[in-house]
Amino acid sequence: MTTRSFTEAIRETLEAEMRRDRRIILMGEDIGAYGGAFGATRGLLDRFGPERVINTPISELSVVGAATGAAMTGLRPVVEIMFMDFLTLAMDPLVNLAAKARYLFGDQARCPLVIRTACGAGRGYGATHSQTLTAWLLHVPGIRIAAPSTPTDAIGLLKTALRGNDPVLFLEHKLLYGTREELTLPVAKIRPCPYGKARVVTAGNDCTLVAWSWMLQEALRAHAILSQQGIRIDMIDLRTLAPMDVATMVESVRRTGRLVIADEACRSGSVSAEIAARIFEQAHDYLDAPICRLTAPDTPIPAASNLEAGWMPSAADMVRAVHTITGR
Amino acid sequence: MKPPRSRRHWLGAYQQMLLIRRFEEAVETLFRQGRIRGTAHPAIGQEAIAVGTCMALASCDYITSTHRGHGHFIARGGDPARIMAELFGKATGYSGGRGGSQIMADWSLGFLGSNGITGAGLPVATGTGLSLKVRKANGVAVCFFGDGAASQGMFHESLNLAALWRLPVIYLCENNQYAMSTPVNATIAGGSIVARATGYGIPGVTVDGNDLIAVYEAVQKARQHVLKQGPILLECLTYRLSGHSRGDSCNYRSPGETEKWKARDPLPRFKAWLVKQGILTGPEARRIQSTVRTIIRDAVRFARSSPDPQPFRQSEGIPT
Repeated sequence: MTTRSFTEAIRETLEAEMRRDRRIILMGEDIGAYGGAFGATRGLLDRFGPERVINTPISELSVVGAATGAAMTGLRPVVEIMFMDFLTLAMDPLVNLAAKARYLFGDQARCPLVIRTACGAGRGYGATHSQTLTAWLLHVPGIRIAAPSTPTDAIGLLKTALRGNDPVLFLEHKLLYGTREELTLPVAKIRPCPYGKARVVTAGNDCTLVAWSWMLQEALRAHAILSQQGIRIDMIDLRTLAPMDVATMVESVRRTGRLVIADEACRSGSVSAEIAARIFEQAHDYLDAPICRLTAPDTPIPAASNLEAGWMPSAADMVRAVHTITGR
Repeated sequence: MKPPRSRRHWLGAYQQMLLIRRFEEAVETLFRQGRIRGTAHPAIGQEAIAVGTCMALASCDYITSTHRGHGHFIARGGDPARIMAELFGKATGYSGGRGGSQIMADWSLGFLGSNGITGAGLPVATGTGLSLKVRKANGVAVCFFGDGAASQGMFHESLNLAALWRLPVIYLCENNQYAMSTPVNATIAGGSIVARATGYGIPGVTVDGNDLIAVYEAVQKARQHVLKQGPILLECLTYRLSGHSRGDSCNYRSPGETEKWKARDPLPRFKAWLVKQGILTGPEARRIQSTVRTIIRDAVRFARSSPDPQPFRQSEGIPT
């Protein structure tokens, strides 16, 4: 038995996979001697050298574009985008080439590109270092999106990303980096985790609660409170948003008749809006109450701690939402 | 690589240039007749750059192309019939009808695709150079881009990355004087595109892009340079003799200017050189013309008679 933080899980997975596959290279700002803004690549430069751990200038657009070119010509690049907000600078190669390459050029154009990026609010970094812009890329066919909530899932989902042949956006919530988990197996032994397969975290028939990434940790706190009150929730950790395991959510909603979705991002055009639409399309006959979306408001993310805390959905919000939707 | 300086190679180059010219003229006609749809950006007047460059490359090299990519693809060995089929939106096209004029590729030729986003090939070529270097593979990446792309951030970022990492990349600018309708003097500060190489500490060379031999020799030299010493910037001066794309009236150019460039048309220029050298004779010229005519005719026939793509397979190629 051994405990690992989310950061250690990422780092050890990168290391294990780089030993396994020489085609994997890392690219990003300050990922070399510094070890990455959140320490996820610490020590890897020493182990693999500057040809495979490439510390880049601040050029998100061309680094992601170059990684796309390298991916299409025999390497497996992993780009660290320090803050997800900076992904706005790299949208063209992702949206217009990496995501479309296989559809347009066929299997000759494999693009095994992984973009790791730190998302999420909660650390007071302000409006341009805290966003979760997942919905932007959920809208683009051809990009897989992983949003793990635990070290174990981070290991499994990252392994799958590194062994696949399609571009993957890999979300690492900043508040998760320090969270620890007791691993049942050594990192090298943990199996790749399939995409499009949600994890049912707790079983219950009163209400379905869907979350992913950091929101799942808040949902666990909500569950602790609700279970003391005798309310049993079916908690689903989506784990990947593209592909999205709609079937597991539909099955759950058919049993519970109630759905709460916890999505950290702004409300309009969000991942939660997509989930709500899918559930309404496929399970509206089973809904006993309107779908409840817990999201951030449609505002930039404030820096002050009380403002930021109010901006993010929390466990308390989830408890209230479940009370309302179940009438208890 | 042994330079292909034999009579046969020069005649081959002439045939390729003529093929590109006739192909693009056929495309313009087919558009006018409403037989192909969408858009296309003909490379008429820029054939010497595509052909001269590809003559100087080896089969292990890679190319990234632009929105004006038919010529690059044909020069690299792309099948005109499958390119035409792509323009017709047919299943036999290079992208199975999914791509259209601006989106075709063939990895077996090291042709990593034309690209509808101005400048988007720049980082891709940079990454290809990185891949060659990390894999310790032989070869270089050639990045075609236009004068318009030199104003993209990708241009500056890519040159910077390639220079820092000494990547084997030839950045080859086809300066055809206009970014669509906007002349270079309204887009390029600092005098010239090639001058920008200095800022990244790499060589920059100006080339007469309408002179096939000049392009061939410049790329040959550049290839040797980048294999040993990292990237280079070539600025090939040229002019597109047709519009930017279908439906361009060219109202932003003076007839005098166009006439001046027509006098420097790379095709008659190279032909005259071949004749003067005694390489191209009358019967030979007629034979090449007839060969090209047949290739174009067969390409159009192939495209027209090919089946439409199967609609129900539309989602293939999308990871789910």
